[in-house]
Amino acid sequence: MTISNITAEKTLKHENRYKYGQRNLWTGLLFGLGVIAFIDEVIFHQLLHWHHFYDKSTANIGLVSDGLFHAFSFFATIGSAFLLADLHRKHGFWVKRWLSGIFIGAGAFQLYDGIIQHKLMKLHQIRYNVNILPYDVVWNVLAAILILIGIVLLLQTKNSVKQ
Amino acid sequence: MHVHDNHTQSISIIAQLILAVPFIISLFIYIFAVFLSNRHKKQWPLYRSFLWIVGHLCAIATLIGPFAERTHISFSAHMIGHLLLGMLAPLLMALAAPMTLLLRSIPVKMARSLSLLLRRKPFNVLRDPIFASILNVGGLWLLYTTPLFTMMHESTFLFIFIHIHIFLAGYLFTIAFIYIDPTPHQSSYIYRSIILLLALAAHSILSKRIYAYPPSNVSIEQAELGAMIMYYGGDAIEIGFVFLLFYQWFKSSRKSIHPKVVAPR
Repeated sequence: MTISNITAEKTLKHENRYKYGQRNLWTGLLFGLGVIAFIDEVIFHQLLHWHHFYDKSTANIGLVSDGLFHAFSFFATIGSAFLLADLHRKHGFWVKRWLSGIFIGAGAFQLYDGIIQHKLMKLHQIRYNVNILPYDVVWNVLAAILILIGIVLLLQTKNSVKQ
Repeated sequence: MHVHDNHTQSISIIAQLILAVPFIISLFIYIFAVFLSNRHKKQWPLYRSFLWIVGHLCAIATLIGPFAERTHISFSAHMIGHLLLGMLAPLLMALAAPMTLLLRSIPVKMARSLSLLLRRKPFNVLRDPIFASILNVGGLWLLYTTPLFTMMHESTFLFIFIHIHIFLAGYLFTIAFIYIDPTPHQSSYIYRSIILLLALAAHSILSKRIYAYPPSNVSIEQAELGAMIMYYGGDAIEIGFVFLLFYQWFKSSRKSIHPKVVAPR
């Protein structure tokens, strides 16, 4: 079997992917949002115990934001898994487009968590009893890198549509 | 405090019986209906009877016996009770499709008038996701952020009323989002998803609020433990809810798949 045969087969398998470009992106975005929130919960709350369940300086709006995003995170994870299955069922899965959504979604949530929830709403800090500045910088720079990777992937898929 | 404990326990036996007996009766009615209808119709799925029994055990354990008594004294036990009676038991019971079983067990004529009755407007309003959410989660906000929680432990009547409400509102909430039994006037998936998301968020927000501002007469340690049980235990059951909602969407949207289109080259 030649390489062109394999690519042809792959294209045929996801033959409808250009029709579902937006849906691939959204499915990835939701999955990225959900997964990063899950990682945050497992690593920083449960394993490292750096984050606190509640911080006395939390503003009420912080509790509202936390509750909304908390519910949204598992909602999005489960929902995006079914959307992904649906895309496969329609032969419309587009891996690069989906990945770009994951990176953008994960980065966006990380940035929102790092700037709005940690700093403005003072929900909780990344870690306590340390100089917080380097932690905040690393956190938000990582978020920006995730978003950048996502945007690059997204632009690449746009080019492939034109071709 | 000691006197207070004795007081609640002396009234609680009657209250426990009033709350638990209806569940014991409905447990037997269901099993009786399964046997009755299996004689004429095809076998009623075994897993549905199993879900009905487990759902009832969750509710009964919360309402009568040693654990029920702990829920009077300890806030963390009370919260486990809330998860079992208000969330898990209703979900398991709704999955047992009791209305479908009832409709197939009674004479056809009766079944027809019953299903006509359930189509009436008041039932549609009750089953609306927003109405059911306000009744369920709104009721919890009222209970834990006002003196109602203290009053509940002082009045047998309020105690019984609130516990009946917790279960019924939880059941109504479940059937407003997850359609197992025949449901006239169904809401769209997108509408149900948005309202369910907001309702689950309100549940998470309330649990952190309890952590931050304990209800009166609840110690800080108990409030913190109870709040975390509500937050994470709620998640576990809510994940089941969300899974079922999306699973139903996934199955129902199968029809809308487009016929195979070969991509232009």
